[in-house]
Amino acid sequence: MIRFENVGLRYGIGPEILRDVSFHIPERSFQFLTGPSGAGKTSLLRLLFLSLKPTRGNISVFGRDRSTISRSDLPLLRRKIGVVFQDFRLLDHLTTFENVALPLRVRGREEASYKADVRDLLDWVGLGDRMHVYPPVLSGGEKQRVSIARALIEQPSVLLADEPTGNVDPPLARRLLKLFIELNKLGTAVVIATHDLSLMEQVDSRRMVIHDNRVEIYD
Amino acid sequence: MIEELLRRAGADREKAAKSFRRIMPDGKANPILPSTTVSSRALTLVVAIMTFLACLTLGSVILVNRTAETWQTQIAREATIQIRPAEGFDMDAALEKARQLADTFDGITSASIVDRAATARLLEPWLGSGLDIDSLPVPRLVVVTIDPNSPPDFEAIAATVAREIPNASFDSHRTWVDRLITMARTTALFGTGIFILVLAATVLTVVFATRGAMAGAGHVIEVLHFVGAKQSFISRQFRHRFFLIGLWGATAGGLLASLLFLALRFWGDANMAAPEADQAAALFGQFSLGLSGYSATLLVILAIATLTGLTSQLTVTAFLQDLHDGETK
Repeated sequence: MIRFENVGLRYGIGPEILRDVSFHIPERSFQFLTGPSGAGKTSLLRLLFLSLKPTRGNISVFGRDRSTISRSDLPLLRRKIGVVFQDFRLLDHLTTFENVALPLRVRGREEASYKADVRDLLDWVGLGDRMHVYPPVLSGGEKQRVSIARALIEQPSVLLADEPTGNVDPPLARRLLKLFIELNKLGTAVVIATHDLSLMEQVDSRRMVIHDNRVEIYD
Repeated sequence: MIEELLRRAGADREKAAKSFRRIMPDGKANPILPSTTVSSRALTLVVAIMTFLACLTLGSVILVNRTAETWQTQIAREATIQIRPAEGFDMDAALEKARQLADTFDGITSASIVDRAATARLLEPWLGSGLDIDSLPVPRLVVVTIDPNSPPDFEAIAATVAREIPNASFDSHRTWVDRLITMARTTALFGTGIFILVLAATVLTVVFATRGAMAGAGHVIEVLHFVGAKQSFISRQFRHRFFLIGLWGATAGGLLASLLFLALRFWGDANMAAPEADQAAALFGQFSLGLSGYSATLLVILAIATLTGLTSQLTVTAFLQDLHDGETK
């Protein structure tokens, strides 16, 4: 589904922060992306999310070569990739419900057609009674769940999560992890970037470890 | 998928539905862009002030141009035959002959003698009242009214008058008319120049104020971009929002300027013949913009609103281009 071949990345004229990265993210797969802080986890996620172009190497996304994807095609491809940002990126002037529904709204969908789905999803992430609330009054954990719900609403083929449990307590972290596993069982490939070892120990899954600017895969 | 997830999570769908209906009544969604911010209110005010100034300048230019044209037309419509007195000269006969002679030319609609009383009134500021016109060698005038659409041959009239009537000369006021035309054109050019400057200042102010108001919207554009919104969708949202902000501000400014002109017109009408109103009327004519003036004001309003919308659209495009360039680096 997403394939990296000898990918290298550098910002400007700085040193290469990712070097000779090669891996494949198959459909319905589940993997953790880990490494020390500053190792390049977020940069790798940005490459996966098409928000960066590699300095060298090839990336193929849903059968398309990254270098040939035009600016106008990016929004369409991004709809197949759900992202949970580390800093949530919620819009403060929209309610929880509206933030989650945003990806559908920008596609021009009528509210009546997605109202029930958004409501159910919010209920599922435990925010059924918080859908009228605006982000500034939500806790970090609640914002995280809104962000996850927004990433899931379009039923993406792959979900990328950047430190999704970084702002929640261990019980909620376990619940969120369970949510990702359930999602994966339903057919969505999941990539979770984290440096939380206890989280990774709860699931026996593939691990992509960034070490010395290279990615090592442990199946 | 959601159904399946719910089943697994064991969520109470009915409870969620009830909660939803209570807090999210139909059709009450917030707009995708924040509706009012301090910067958008400031932009409305800036647009209103600049539109007010632009419309005020435009209205003044229209009034001055119209008055300049009126001066020009009024003076061009008249000419005079001047007859100087001389010893033993029959002035009355000469005046009558001059009047009849003038009437024979095409392009002259009427000719009338300025009688003794009118001549005395003309000289009153210099010679005082109670003047006996016959006791002084005062030149006399025949006023000739000209058809401005087909003016006569001034040179032929001048030659005929000089030949037929002794001591008479024809003054077509050409020198004055030419000077007034030059002055009117200079005034019009000057006014248009000022209007262009004000318009340029308005355009720049509106552009910078719009960009300033959008400075805080970067995160909104970014989020919309990342959730898969097309550039056309994001641009449309901003263009629409900022067009409305521009329209609201420009309408307020344009309306205020129009009301000011209306108030001045009523003031002029109410004080007709009062010295201050006469002075103002001499400079600006009647304070009536007319249909063309109000149409021009409407055009300025629409142009400024469109400019605000387009600026926001261009800013969004530039922001997305930067984002894309960052993505491709």
